[in-house]
Amino acid sequence: MRRVGIIAFQGAFERHAQALRALGAQPVQVRTRAALAEVERLIIPGGESTTIGMLMEREGLIESVRQRMNEGMPVFGTCAGMILLADELTTSAPEHRDTERTPYIGGLAIAIERNAYGRQVESFETELAAPELENRPIPAVFIRAPAVRSCGPSVRILAQFEGAPVLVRQERILAASFHPELTEETAVHRYFIDRV
Amino acid sequence: MNETLWSERQKATWKTKLGLAEMLKGGVIMDVTTVEEAKIAADAGAQAVMALERVPADIRAHGGVARMSDPGMIAAIQNAVSIPVMAKCRIGHFVEAQILEALGVDFIDESEVLTPADDCFHVDKHNFRAPFVCGCRDLGEALRRIGEGAALVRTKGEAGTGDIVEAVRHLRTVRDTVRRLTNLPSEELMSEAKTMGAPYDLVVEVSLTGKLPVPNFSAGGVATPADAALMMQLGAEAVFVGSGVFKSGDPVKRARAIVDAVAHYQDPVRLVEISRDLGDSMSGIATGAIEEGAKLAGRGW
Repeated sequence: MRRVGIIAFQGAFERHAQALRALGAQPVQVRTRAALAEVERLIIPGGESTTIGMLMEREGLIESVRQRMNEGMPVFGTCAGMILLADELTTSAPEHRDTERTPYIGGLAIAIERNAYGRQVESFETELAAPELENRPIPAVFIRAPAVRSCGPSVRILAQFEGAPVLVRQERILAASFHPELTEETAVHRYFIDRV
Repeated sequence: MNETLWSERQKATWKTKLGLAEMLKGGVIMDVTTVEEAKIAADAGAQAVMALERVPADIRAHGGVARMSDPGMIAAIQNAVSIPVMAKCRIGHFVEAQILEALGVDFIDESEVLTPADDCFHVDKHNFRAPFVCGCRDLGEALRRIGEGAALVRTKGEAGTGDIVEAVRHLRTVRDTVRRLTNLPSEELMSEAKTMGAPYDLVVEVSLTGKLPVPNFSAGGVATPADAALMMQLGAEAVFVGSGVFKSGDPVKRARAIVDAVAHYQDPVRLVEISRDLGDSMSGIATGAIEEGAKLAGRGW
């Protein structure tokens, strides 16, 4: 069975595990470097990017994940995970503290803005067209979501919403600003484990 | 579906409310009273802060009526940190809740720590776009709050004491009752719903799934990393820390230690390192020494 790691300090890691089980993959909770060594691919879940990044840093996991990514390990980040994978953090509200970069992984050539859609009361559900994954629209839940403000030439946009990319891929990195794990739809997880 | 408009989005659905609660699993939410404390909490790795004018230990000591905090103070903390900011309204005080929602608070805690505004009814939380968290001592109370629209519950413990015993009792009570419901034949569930004072449909759901329909966090009495890990091992999905951090001798160290303890709650070897050299913990009050009428946990209907 395919062993897919999930960074499991904080956030929606259990919901990712459910999606993986539904697809016949074996989820592995990753909190240490030893656990990371046991998995063939890795999900970085939604949650608080500052909290997850700090806890990964304290375990030496930031450096280990970077190294595994350089060796070709596929990685999928959702929401906070996307923020941690982004090369650049940007903001349209410079007075806000969101610009201070806490520990992150990087590797994905995008500039991302945290909490770009507003506070929790602005969180929303919608449906997205992602023809490379699925012919029908896929449901998407956005929670205090970040927005991709620019992409490097190596980044392919797999889905967008209101002109902003929300699902992107760069070689073996997949990242979503929404939460596929909060719906019953497994198309994004299937794409990650079969095609990334 | 490319042409979805801003106005067509389904904002603040049950899924988005519950979704934020899901994002808060496995972390620590800290009570903070100033911008400086909020920054200490965020830098320690807290996943959210609860903005309030006085921590529960001071509310206890101060006496009088405890109300919603000044919106200016809450807004200052919202501007100081990027993590979610929660704030408390009084039980049943739906106008305080409206104010907190208009302020853009990420989670509203309809809290027994403040003096109740209504001695019969809670806020109808379905009417709000902001998600709510509410306290509970047993499964019936948890399901009543969820029935009213709470997207997250927390066992109450006894806030401001630094004594973990009530938190343990409330969490064990909820979880024991969930386990018992899963073994009941369906014909017994209606009477069970009547006895515990909970909505029948939610009793049936818990009986079928073996878990609450929303995440269940722990609050009220956490003072040490070991306390936090205890609540996680007992089945709490995240931990609220009130007075335990900023009433201790070294809040910076203790805040980080409690965050680390929740992340590594199953690893006693790590907990040794995490618990070491933290300075004085809050002195606290043994809950056995508090008169029944003075306990905050009894507030809630």
